Amino acid sequence: MTPEHREPARPLLVLDKATKSFGAVRALEDGSITLYPGEAHALVGENGAGKSTLVKILAGVHQPDSGILEIDGAPTTLLGPAASRAAGVSIIYQEPTLFPDLSVAENIFMGRQPLGGGRVIDRGQMRTDAQDVFTRLGVEVDPARPARGLSVADQQIVEIAKAISFNARVIVMDEPTAALTTVEVDRLFDVVRALRADGAAVLFISHRLEEVFAICQRVTIMRDGRFVSSAPIEDVTIDSIIYSMVGRDLDALFPKTVTAPGDVVLAVEGLTRRGVFDDVSFAVRKGEIVALAGLVGAGRSEVARAVFGIDRRDEGTVTVNGHVLRNGAPRDAMAAGLAFVPEDRRQQGLVMDLAIDHNVALASLGRLSRFGLIRRSRERDLATTWGTTLQLKFGRMKNTVSTLSGGNQQKVVLAKWLARRPSVLIIDEPTRGIDVGTKAEVHRLLDELVADGVAVLMISSELPEVLGMADRVLVVREGRLVAELSRAEADEASIMRAATGQTVGNAA
Amino acid sequence: MTTLTEVSAPPPPSSPAGRVRRAETLLRARELGIGLAIVVVFALTTLKNHNFAERASLQQLLTGAALIALLAVGETLVIVTRNVDLSVGSVLGLSAYLVGDFFVSHPHAPVILGFALGILVGTFFGVVNGLITTVARVPSLVVTLAALYIIRGIDAVVVDGKQIDPTSIPSSFQAVGYRSVLGIPWLVIIVVAIVLVVGFAMRSFRSSRDLYAIGSNPEAAALAGVRTGRRVFAAFAISGALAGLGGALFLSEFATVNSTAGSGYELLVVAAVVVGGVAINGGSGTVLGAALGALLLNTISQALVASKVSSFWNQAIAGALLLGAIVFDRWLGKRVARLESTRGERHVL
Repeated sequence: MTPEHREPARPLLVLDKATKSFGAVRALEDGSITLYPGEAHALVGENGAGKSTLVKILAGVHQPDSGILEIDGAPTTLLGPAASRAAGVSIIYQEPTLFPDLSVAENIFMGRQPLGGGRVIDRGQMRTDAQDVFTRLGVEVDPARPARGLSVADQQIVEIAKAISFNARVIVMDEPTAALTTVEVDRLFDVVRALRADGAAVLFISHRLEEVFAICQRVTIMRDGRFVSSAPIEDVTIDSIIYSMVGRDLDALFPKTVTAPGDVVLAVEGLTRRGVFDDVSFAVRKGEIVALAGLVGAGRSEVARAVFGIDRRDEGTVTVNGHVLRNGAPRDAMAAGLAFVPEDRRQQGLVMDLAIDHNVALASLGRLSRFGLIRRSRERDLATTWGTTLQLKFGRMKNTVSTLSGGNQQKVVLAKWLARRPSVLIIDEPTRGIDVGTKAEVHRLLDELVADGVAVLMISSELPEVLGMADRVLVVREGRLVAELSRAEADEASIMRAATGQTVGNAA
Repeated sequence: MTTLTEVSAPPPPSSPAGRVRRAETLLRARELGIGLAIVVVFALTTLKNHNFAERASLQQLLTGAALIALLAVGETLVIVTRNVDLSVGSVLGLSAYLVGDFFVSHPHAPVILGFALGILVGTFFGVVNGLITTVARVPSLVVTLAALYIIRGIDAVVVDGKQIDPTSIPSSFQAVGYRSVLGIPWLVIIVVAIVLVVGFAMRSFRSSRDLYAIGSNPEAAALAGVRTGRRVFAAFAISGALAGLGGALFLSEFATVNSTAGSGYELLVVAAVVVGGVAINGGSGTVLGAALGALLLNTISQALVASKVSSFWNQAIAGALLLGAIVFDRWLGKRVARLESTRGERHVL
């Protein structure tokens, strides 16, 4: 492809050294980006590099703690989504929010429907206007049909059409291709080209580097909440981008004791859930940590859910300690010695409005009760024991878990499952949204568990965590296991290559 | 450097728009379907009992449905926003008594004042419901359930065991209830006019489209700058106003009111609205459909009477119809979704 990038005198949008903290967590330390009219600009970085925070600043959802935002050369503050839209910035999210019951045209023009005489909505005009936008974008969507049932790709197109009808000049697409088919991606790229031709700037966020090269003229790389570099696309290569994205030292956060693994305790054979993942087979041995790595949306969590029986599997078997699990039966999985710490602790891991001790006891109620009645004292003892073991910091056991910090909430979830003394622990994003100190504690805890002979299946989007903790790394891409790397083989580049489908060189 | 490493199988070419069109027509034909059901019930009953098609019986069909249809119009506005107004029956009852009481003390007052008073009373309670729901953010189910009992209680205190009887109501006011033009009772003409006007408004004004937006996706509505509180408030106020007007019309039709007038109407109204194709979770449905739902329910109940079926069956059938309507909606929703998702299937996770 021939990048015909020309650099006009004045940028459309400049964000310079923006910072943003949430409590003690510093999500963005140096958010900087410059967008020129008529360019598609890629923003890349690992999960947690600060891209989402930067996008939310542009969307007006977050206000930066410091830093400068200039639109058309004028300093601007965006005090909300409406202000952002008025300033000509539109965000296309991966899963747009539309009005399912209303027509596509009305979705685009809600609140701004063209009026005829007597302030009556001119439906014909509205359809024509919508059709005009679609024609400009070169896509076919029936403006009269209801939004319900539109594919994700079409929903995004409707959002883009809405953005254009607002005369947006900066259009941010946050991982728009994650849920699209190849054909749909091609159509989206045509739309991006049409937008560029109209002089808009498109900020394109994607993990798929081949897409970045296919459509963008410039790329900005972020790492650990900081701007790393920004360059014309012809000055970089996939390898140099990956290096800039991950290039950092593994620190002492990961106290890894390498142990000799024992017998297989969890065996997964040919696990398939149609349309989600396909023919996944692996085994986890006593005393080892196996990591499932891959991009967000690759199907890692879905595999874990099916192993535990939350989602039914279409094919395949799951065996724990020689016992074949029934399909779709988490109870059976628990009885066999499986424990599952889900990714979203607020929604799935905890009952936020329930006291700490009740939450800890939740998975062990059978053991704590006599004649069907829960013995309050044993519940409290259990919570105290595990609270001490995990160094849980809390006010009183009676307080609801919603009063705890993220790290301590995660410890409560861990306590809940460890109280069952599982032989296999599945843990999805063990340290997401947790401060650095507690992260290290969780890692130490996992290390101790493994030393005690527990088998751990860990899903993590943080590569340092994967590399620091795992004995083996399984890489999932688009619902398939594409690589198995030993601790020695695994490094950031080899995992990223497998996860993004780059076949450059061997995984080593 | 740019080997596109992986190309998943292309999905079938974008589906023929025809299928989608058909699904849409199916949805739009909801009013048609109810109309058809009314005709079928009517025809079958007439075969069995020829008196059913007589003029008096026809008038009975229409007037019997008119009040419920009127309340269903207001209820549609509220339910479309994902709320519910359970106080309409109580509001109607109190309004009917207060208007009657007004004529007792002012026997020569103009007819129009009676209607104005009814609307005023209803609007007052609608405003209260709307304020508590939108400002205090109490779920409308709770607010209007409480209002149902409170207003009925006020009604009992005000009525105090008395009763308005026909001799104290001006005959010109009662004429609205029984006089007819070209065989169509005035009562029915008024309700039909309101259905048409509100039905047109619900299609045609930005403010009323906001109601659909709110019910369809509250989050997206807020993002689109819809003033949610204001719109929901207005829906409750209008529902109250129509229930108040319903009270005045009740008085003109029956000319006799005690403290139980209109009790139980709220559930009939909700049933009519749902049978009429208004989604109970908001976002879709029309005023015309809701009014036709009221007519269908009344036609069935009259048909049972005419066919000498025990009136006990009446409620059972109304309930079955309600369930049927909701099951049909869900089934239709699923089918439409499946139909439309066959385009652009997700191959890549």
